Amino acid sequence: MFYRESGQFKSSYAKDQAIFPIRQDQIAIVLILAVAFLVVPWFVNDYWSKSVLQPFLVFSIAAIGLNILVGYCGQISLGTGGFMAVGAYASYKIMTSFPDMPIVLVIILSGFCAAGVGILFGLPSLRIKGFYLAVATLASQFFLIWMFNKVPWFHNYTMSQITVPPREFLGVTVTSSSAGPAAQYLFCLGFVVVGAWLAKNLVRGRTGRSWMAIRDMDIAAELIGIRPLQTKLLAFAISSFYIGISGALIFCVYLGTVEASEAFDINQSFLVLFMIIIGGLGSILGSFLGAGFMILMPIVLKNIMVGSFGMAAVTAKHIEISLMGVLIVFFLIVEPHGFARLWQILKEKLRLWPFPY
Amino acid sequence: MELLQALFVSPFMDMWNEPAFFIETFTKGLLTGVLYSLVALGFVLIFKASGVFNFAQGVMALFAALTLVGLLEFMQGKDMTANHLVGMTVVAAVVAIGMLGLKKVNKISSVQAPYALLGFCAVVGFAWILRTIGLPNYILIPFAIVGTIITMIALAYLIEIAVLRPLVNQELIILFMSTLGLAYVLEGVGDLLWGSDVKILDIGLPTDIYIAEFPFGDVYIEQLDMVAAVVAAAMVIILAIFFNKTRIGRALRAVADDHQAAMSVGIPLKTIWVIVWSVAGIVAMVAGVMWGSSSGVQFSLSLIALKALPVLILGGFTSIPGAIVGGLIIGVSEKLAEVFWYDLHGGAIENWFAYFVALAFLLFRPQGLFGEKIIERI
Repeated sequence: MFYRESGQFKSSYAKDQAIFPIRQDQIAIVLILAVAFLVVPWFVNDYWSKSVLQPFLVFSIAAIGLNILVGYCGQISLGTGGFMAVGAYASYKIMTSFPDMPIVLVIILSGFCAAGVGILFGLPSLRIKGFYLAVATLASQFFLIWMFNKVPWFHNYTMSQITVPPREFLGVTVTSSSAGPAAQYLFCLGFVVVGAWLAKNLVRGRTGRSWMAIRDMDIAAELIGIRPLQTKLLAFAISSFYIGISGALIFCVYLGTVEASEAFDINQSFLVLFMIIIGGLGSILGSFLGAGFMILMPIVLKNIMVGSFGMAAVTAKHIEISLMGVLIVFFLIVEPHGFARLWQILKEKLRLWPFPY
Repeated sequence: MELLQALFVSPFMDMWNEPAFFIETFTKGLLTGVLYSLVALGFVLIFKASGVFNFAQGVMALFAALTLVGLLEFMQGKDMTANHLVGMTVVAAVVAIGMLGLKKVNKISSVQAPYALLGFCAVVGFAWILRTIGLPNYILIPFAIVGTIITMIALAYLIEIAVLRPLVNQELIILFMSTLGLAYVLEGVGDLLWGSDVKILDIGLPTDIYIAEFPFGDVYIEQLDMVAAVVAAAMVIILAIFFNKTRIGRALRAVADDHQAAMSVGIPLKTIWVIVWSVAGIVAMVAGVMWGSSSGVQFSLSLIALKALPVLILGGFTSIPGAIVGGLIIGVSEKLAEVFWYDLHGGAIENWFAYFVALAFLLFRPQGLFGEKIIERI
């Protein structure tokens, strides 16, 4: 009744190609953005900003990035943690070498650094496919983390831990511990919105279609004139760009202090992969839903077990791990195409509701 | 210039000057490689038969080793915490379910539901009796091993019911992710049941150092490594016989070759999967015991899965000889690089070096050394 596009006529090409062609979607997205930008900052406190909103936002960017590679281009990658580390350490090096550079530029530049590394480690994808490639990308994960710990140049010849210096954006401190929760939240949110908008437009244009052609059958795609070299490497580059930006944000805003082997270990790679699988492969919305689920679930489980039942933290941790596993398997069985598919089904239902016939 | 020398000259000089040390490192590498192959073998078995890239193999090794230690400590009458008791009960329950499963697995045993309950009581009672009598270790250890094997079989059955069967015909990446979920579950449950502290696994394997005397010097080899190599070799031979000579083995190979064709000649796919996962579980147990005996049973044991992955791509996902040869290549090259090229990289390369070796091979053979030729069609 409420979600129905009947009567909305598209009278120009621009309207037909709009990012949200349906009026209800437009209203919804404006409402969501208004709440996120105007309402939430007034109410957000340190706890919500640090342990819920910021991880959700930065991991959404990473999930979008990985979704471009895995969901749209079909190249399985397990090196997410490594590329995040590239973003983080690149932003650290740039910030300490050029103290006057604006923070936004720093983060975008570190995204480009990660993109370069991504192209390098994407090269094997031209020769090997499927799980062979997945395992090969693990090489980047382990090698990059080792390199950041081992080569002193990356952490400015101090301890392997790196700490972010305070930086301002539009006169407000956004990095380091002196920044306010609302400022940090808004800073991340800006990147998320712009990133998601760009990604959405990318995947529905020519680039995205050639990615999907490669994903569905690379030889056939080659035959119709899509160049596998450029397409695959572009997917690796753009995916790593997003992941690098997410890594830079994790370091600069969310954590403030990181050590490569802890903050960006292989579990992060799996976490992001879980996000896109549970959220939905090949869906930008799915990246957000998956990130929200994977960030919120452990917090909720922990609060229930430690808060309500008063369990010991160690026992709760073990139960939490097993429950996570059970839930993951459960969701894969119930809906292998993820939350994005559930949302699609719901929309179909809503279109007819309350009179399905 | 210095770099080139450190890369190409001085390591080989070192090898030439100290042949005994070189042989020692080489053997150590070979023996470590054997363990890698053992873990990789479990991967290959499952991948061949069910097309599942089983990431939980390493955690299965950990789980098996934990169960073995737990059972052994229980029967030896060591400290008994609440967790321990719960652990025993759960293992017994799993075994009982497993017995029910065996009944389904085509008349291997004819256990009925009530008997499964009986089996449950029997396991607990038996372990309890052994505990109160206080038998010497060499009697208890075989019991613990048999108990662990039964647990792994039961686990395979449970995995088939709860994970594989509902996910039949899904995409490979979905199956892969489900084994990741499985890994989380096993890790959490294992830690819950048996505690997360480091445990010492002593099943009477020798721990001395064997000294081989050569004219150019002495070579030290740990006896535990030698035992591990012998056990792994025996394991491979047994598996080869099992695959080539038995009825089930032939069915397994048929399934590995072509699911549809195997089903159409009447091979029960589900049974085969349970068997394959059981075999992989037992292989994981052997790997877990060998690894656990040398460095204690703890969480890091599950990370040997990550060491086995490069072996896997090097040898090819579908090749058993590939897993063995790949393991040896990786083991040796890793140890040599670690020891002789130390000046160049400054250590701790074991995490990634194997991957680069495998990648180098992959550039020339994208399907691994022994993998099946990838034929692509439109």
